[in-house]
Amino acid sequence: MMMQMALRRVWIGIATMFVVSVIVFIMTSILPGDVAQIVLGQSATPETLAVLRRELGLDQPAYVRYFMWLGDMATGDLGTSKAGGAAIADLIGGRFMNTMVLAGLVALISIPISIFLGLWAAMHPGTWLDRTVTFGTLSTISVPEFFIATLMVLILAVNLHWLPSTAMLRDNMTFLEFMRGMAMPIITLVIVVSAQMIRMTRAGILNVMSSPYIEMAILKGVPRGRIILRHAFFNAIGPIINVIALNLAYLVSGVVIVETIFAYPGLAKLMIDGVQTRDLPLVQACAMIFCGTYVILILIADIGSIVSNPRLRHPK
Amino acid sequence: MSDQQLEKLVEVKDLRISAYNDEKEEIQIVKGVTFDIYKGQVVALIGESGSGKTTISLASLSYTKPGLEFTGGEVLLNGEDVLTAPPDRQREIRGANVAYLAQSAAATFNPAITIGEQVTESAVLHGILTQEEATKRATELYHALELPNPDRIGIRYPHQVSGGQLQRLMAAMALCGKPDLMVLDEPTTALDVTTQIEVLKAFKKVIREENSAAIYVTHDLAVVAQIADHIVVLYGGEIMEQGSADQIINNPTHAYTRRLMDAVRPKPVAGLGTAVGEEHDREVPAVSVDNMTAGYGGIVNGEPAITILRDVSVDVKNAHVVGVIGESGCGKSTLARVMAGILPQARGTVKLEDQELEGSLNDRKLEELQKIQFVFQMADTALNPKQTISQILGRPLEFYHGLKGKEKHAKVTEILQMVELPPEFASRYPMELSGGQKQRINMARSLAANPEVLLCDEVTSALDSIVGANVIKLLTALRDKTGVSFVFISHDLSTVASFADEIVVLYAGRVVEQGPTDEVLEPPFHPYTRLLISSVPELRIGWLEDTMQKREMAVGIAKGVEITAVGCPFYNRCPMGIEGTCDQQSPPIRELEGGHQISCHLTIEDLKDAEKHTQQILHGYEKLEDASLKPHG
Repeated sequence: MMMQMALRRVWIGIATMFVVSVIVFIMTSILPGDVAQIVLGQSATPETLAVLRRELGLDQPAYVRYFMWLGDMATGDLGTSKAGGAAIADLIGGRFMNTMVLAGLVALISIPISIFLGLWAAMHPGTWLDRTVTFGTLSTISVPEFFIATLMVLILAVNLHWLPSTAMLRDNMTFLEFMRGMAMPIITLVIVVSAQMIRMTRAGILNVMSSPYIEMAILKGVPRGRIILRHAFFNAIGPIINVIALNLAYLVSGVVIVETIFAYPGLAKLMIDGVQTRDLPLVQACAMIFCGTYVILILIADIGSIVSNPRLRHPK
Repeated sequence: MSDQQLEKLVEVKDLRISAYNDEKEEIQIVKGVTFDIYKGQVVALIGESGSGKTTISLASLSYTKPGLEFTGGEVLLNGEDVLTAPPDRQREIRGANVAYLAQSAAATFNPAITIGEQVTESAVLHGILTQEEATKRATELYHALELPNPDRIGIRYPHQVSGGQLQRLMAAMALCGKPDLMVLDEPTTALDVTTQIEVLKAFKKVIREENSAAIYVTHDLAVVAQIADHIVVLYGGEIMEQGSADQIINNPTHAYTRRLMDAVRPKPVAGLGTAVGEEHDREVPAVSVDNMTAGYGGIVNGEPAITILRDVSVDVKNAHVVGVIGESGCGKSTLARVMAGILPQARGTVKLEDQELEGSLNDRKLEELQKIQFVFQMADTALNPKQTISQILGRPLEFYHGLKGKEKHAKVTEILQMVELPPEFASRYPMELSGGQKQRINMARSLAANPEVLLCDEVTSALDSIVGANVIKLLTALRDKTGVSFVFISHDLSTVASFADEIVVLYAGRVVEQGPTDEVLEPPFHPYTRLLISSVPELRIGWLEDTMQKREMAVGIAKGVEITAVGCPFYNRCPMGIEGTCDQQSPPIRELEGGHQISCHLTIEDLKDAEKHTQQILHGYEKLEDASLKPHG
């Protein structure tokens, strides 16, 4: 039962990837001008264009090009950047690592903090502490991320001179230098992603707290901390996992503004650059990586919800 | 037993509990209640809903529901006042000294934690037992409570065991830490009659073996008579009368106690109902179901993946009430869902006034939808809390009859009158109404469509007996006035006996017996019908022990409903099952007078023969001496 449901989710994930690949391919195809034109620029004559198109396989019908592209993607060949001539895999590789490091560090800090604060607020509903958390999270959710980023720069870099205002990454940095460089984007993103996770944890726990089995636990003399951690948390975990997954996906694909502000060389920024230079194969590759990240994280969240449901884990 | 020889365990002295409304005005819920509990004694608190019985029982755990406050008096447990105990001591009292058993075990067990951990948690947390000792004691309790697979049930999750088993597991949870006092809050009210007996028997046994004291909260005097030593009768937060069980049951002195006695559901026997008038008679049945099979999951060759109902044929005559009875899991609600088109059948037909209906709701015509209306069990969840009563009732008027503005408003008032509610209710919200009033609105919404048939799924089950009886009175009046037919699903046989013109007995998805009420409730019985009737508690001390001695009960109570494809589904619980026949072949339908049908391998003569035996079971205590009535062989 559980295996079946999990497998079904995997199939849905794969189907989603296919649909997205078609959409990405069509969207980039209908943009005016193709790669041949970009490469040759203004000096292109119809003859040179035709030759280059044949070389690149651009004269083939759209569906053939689609499957060729899909085949290449699936075998890990992301193609060559049509603008710079470099292999896209190399171009993306370093940026991808940077993005994963940033996302990983933010996740490592924000998830425990969020769950802790969410549980803490749920344990003391209505107190000043709970109100502070609620007010704080509501404020950070309502404020756009560039504002938070700018505010951080203003306070921590401009006024206090504690941290550099940009995330300059060089080779052979010491760990401390590295952390100082990463600190601004990490702090900003932790603030941005934690708010939702804190609110969801708090709401999920409080929702479960009105169940009869929680009243029963109170009447059994179970201390409040144990009620929250043992009796409520595992029943509230499904929605919490989903919010975490969505926020992680955002960290990989949606942080372009933060990357730009701190000049952090991440994947999202690379994609924007690709759009500006009309480097279509690069844009396609980035889009597929982002989509893949979403699909995988949501798949993990779905399977996590299935596994956390004892009715599915232990059928009759 | 005389009270002087016993040691006092709990003294409740002038206990007062209040709620405060939005204007900070005090509303007294419990108005000075005094009673004692001795060691080894079961004290019953009885009364209608709103009498304060649950609130009083929770005071012994130093607990109030949110919004309530202790305003006076004391509750002494072994001489210590639990109400003024500091928070840490309160937490220790809960679980270590006093244990609580709630009405719905299904909601009270945490779905994410194994049964074993939940049963032993309190005892281990309070340091009464180590985890190993607690697990060992829990297993002993599972044995004592006669749970199946006692050595392994602890590693299972709550959803993996049945409702009746969970209710007993909750008793194990309460007893594991060897509390001085158990508080049992309506622990059998939500159960089938057969399961209720099983659970009562188990409770009584462990209470005696553990020599534990208990507060037993219920509105059901017949149940109290089986288990209580001392009875406290409550009304509006005050004690009307208290005394030994024998005195309250056999010689009640207070008028209110006598009123409660009158509200005890009568034994389901023939002749309780009122006959239907002839003015509504018609040639064709209002709704008929013919040879219908239905279930869940995909349908392959007319067989659903999970078959619930098998070859069911039922006619609902115009202006008749057809009562559908059977334990939970027998397919009662599924039958109504097929009639309403919520669940399309796999095979067979459903007809409305001799016109065949499409299986699915979506394919039925508007006027067909209008003629069959569903009334759901829980008015609380069926009524939209954000809509006023006038919006709730106005919707079907607009949808089916196109009424608008003044016309609609006038009709809403008229419908409110039909269900005996004042017209001012139109502007109120569901949460401003009492449980009984909400159930009336729930029915009024269905009536607003002006239906030919009302499908009522356990509409009185969540109401206490006095409120429920009023709802039945209302339904009877509606039937006589408008000629609407009812399919009345209930596990409460007494209500069905007093209201239905015909009874359909469903067992494991098959009709085992059907016919006019007075025929079905008179011998010869199908063995299952007899089991159901014998399981309804009587207001008589000692009834439980007498009943459990019958072989029929021992066989019938021990097992639960199993849906089988081959043979008679009741075979494994039948005291008269014939090996090789009943477990192999589907039983034939035996026709009796007046359209009475019994589906059984035993002949009518066999069943009538068993009827002497039956008489003994039904009225055993009266006729045991009468040698001529002893069963043959």
